[in-house]
Amino acid sequence: MSSETKQILTTDGIPLEISLKKAERKNKIKAFLLVAPLLLFLIITYIFPIGEMFTRSIDDKMITNMLPKTFKSMETWDGKELPPEEVFASFLSDFKILVDKKEHGKLAQRLNKEKNGFTTITKKLFRQVKRNKIDETQSIKEQIMKVHKRWRNLEYWQAIKRTAPPYTSAKYLKAMDMYLNEDNKITQVSEDRRIHRILWLRTVEVAFFVTVFCFLMGYPIAHLLATLPMKYSNLLMICVLLPFWTSLLVRTASWMILLQQQGVVNDFFVMIGLVADDNRPEMMYNKVGTYVAMTQILLPFMVLPLYSVMKTISPSLMRAGKSLGGTPFVAFWKVYFPLTIPGIGAGCLLVFILAIGYYITPALVGGASGTLISNQIAYHMKSTLDWSFASAMGLMLLSGVLVIYWIYNKLVGVDNIKLG
Amino acid sequence: MALPKYTETRYRIWHYFYIAICTFVFIFLIAPLFVIFPLSFNAEEFLVFSEGMKNLDPDAFSLRWYKDMVYGTKNPWGLAAKNSFIIAIFATLGSVILGTVAALGLSSRHMPFKGIIMATLISPMIVPLIISGVAIFFFMAKAGLAATHTGIVLAHIILGTPFVVITVTATLSGFDHSVTRAAASLGSNPVNTFMKVTLPLILPGVISGGLFAFVTSFDEVVVVLFLAGLENTTIPIQMWTGLREQLSPTILAVATCLIILSTLILISAELLRRRSERLRGINR
Repeated sequence: MSSETKQILTTDGIPLEISLKKAERKNKIKAFLLVAPLLLFLIITYIFPIGEMFTRSIDDKMITNMLPKTFKSMETWDGKELPPEEVFASFLSDFKILVDKKEHGKLAQRLNKEKNGFTTITKKLFRQVKRNKIDETQSIKEQIMKVHKRWRNLEYWQAIKRTAPPYTSAKYLKAMDMYLNEDNKITQVSEDRRIHRILWLRTVEVAFFVTVFCFLMGYPIAHLLATLPMKYSNLLMICVLLPFWTSLLVRTASWMILLQQQGVVNDFFVMIGLVADDNRPEMMYNKVGTYVAMTQILLPFMVLPLYSVMKTISPSLMRAGKSLGGTPFVAFWKVYFPLTIPGIGAGCLLVFILAIGYYITPALVGGASGTLISNQIAYHMKSTLDWSFASAMGLMLLSGVLVIYWIYNKLVGVDNIKLG
Repeated sequence: MALPKYTETRYRIWHYFYIAICTFVFIFLIAPLFVIFPLSFNAEEFLVFSEGMKNLDPDAFSLRWYKDMVYGTKNPWGLAAKNSFIIAIFATLGSVILGTVAALGLSSRHMPFKGIIMATLISPMIVPLIISGVAIFFFMAKAGLAATHTGIVLAHIILGTPFVVITVTATLSGFDHSVTRAAASLGSNPVNTFMKVTLPLILPGVISGGLFAFVTSFDEVVVVLFLAGLENTTIPIQMWTGLREQLSPTILAVATCLIILSTLILISAELLRRRSERLRGINR
């Protein structure tokens, strides 16, 4: 009897192992082909555009393309004293091309962002060029320096040099209320102009407190829904599911009606004597409105995961805890609560992720003190048209969400997302 | 939930306190929806309960705002409703087809790189809407699809597919694959097997995913705000502008109709969920 095992062959003579592998590969390709249409669609219409947001947010090629010769000749300039004749000459030739293309205004605008005062001196230079006042046979450096005293100022030439790289982190720094100063050091903007940091902090604060409120309100009712007999809990479940399926704008509208100064909530406060009729508190167009409306709108997202976890906990566990001598509170805290932690994690992170990117409700009921970072993004997309800045802020928000999502995935697993 | 007779007083108090909290939360959840209902029948122009309404005077109620919703010229609710339905129906169809086919692939145990592909497919659900809006706007502007119905439909397909993928993969997780093998062994080709065997079994999941996609599209405002032109106005856009400028009772009439619609959707979703559980043999 030989010790070597005989290779098993299939009917058509191919070794079984190879045949199986082939079939396996075929199945893999089949499965992938089914996913491919959607994957391709999403990559083209969604994933790439998000990537484009990144290139847009760091893009600073415009000026690099406007002054190609200047930046080339500036490479050897150390920036410690006024640049040599060569730099002035190439700057003039670049500038003349821009004047021909009528793009010198754009240049002035971009340079002025880097350092105040460029608009005036570019205009002066433009007039001289237009009138052909600059004689190229003589020293161009001397002539440009005569146009305006700022052209003699080293700081302005340093500012031009700073715009040379085709990429910039300026938008990201701006979103953090910072900028690069003359010495390429990250500096904070003056205190009265720090608006973005306040918005970031407020966004995180609102998302955090909304999550806390949702948890405090969602936990008891999820517990009630999970422990009540089916026929009652199904009825009460409607109270959770109906808002869940109702239009976000409808719910926001109803809060606007409830919270207005002559609204039902204020009427109720007056009726029970909490506030005077002529001193009704302002509950809308501020943070109170944002908190109340967002908590109600996001509450179902807390209750549903909590409920699906609590439903699986056997009631006999609590009874066992009590029969072993624990008071109901101890039994709850030591037995029931730890078992619900996966649900708490899922609900809290879901609500937090949704709250941190909220736009509609804060815009409608938030007023000035209740707006969040997403409102700022929309503002720059639609009003100032500073799309690169909107992209930068959007990506910062996105990276925050992805970090939270990653934690969510580690704790709960994406596969455990349940709907309805 | 009756308490046993031997319950100590402090736990009795705690129990009633707990019931009170729950009652408050349920009211907090559901009451806002019911405020809209009576106010939409207000005969006056103000968004507060008039004295007549409090005394249940029939003259204080009217269908005035519903008439304004249908015949009014100030707000093009008719056009908005038409657009909303057209967009939502096509977006749902697209989401359901793409999402179901992808879910079939994802549920196969041969699927390579399952984790990362799943993450990509459901990413539109996790990424904040405002960011999706910006990204989709950049794409549609480049493709020349901004301010077109096609553009909005495509955008809503992006936002709707994750729901279909999730519900259908969930349905398929309890799916007995031997039935498809049985069909194949009896000579059925894969397409036929899908139509005759797989689809009827996973249909509840597909439809409930479709409902999610429909509601997502029908209710979506952030992305549409970036994409829509005057011609593509939808119900959410009209409500958004209405709420920003002036809260008129006509909006409440529209809101009431939307609540009725969502109640219908809720009922069908619940019935489907139960049917699906029955089909998959899950007994509770």
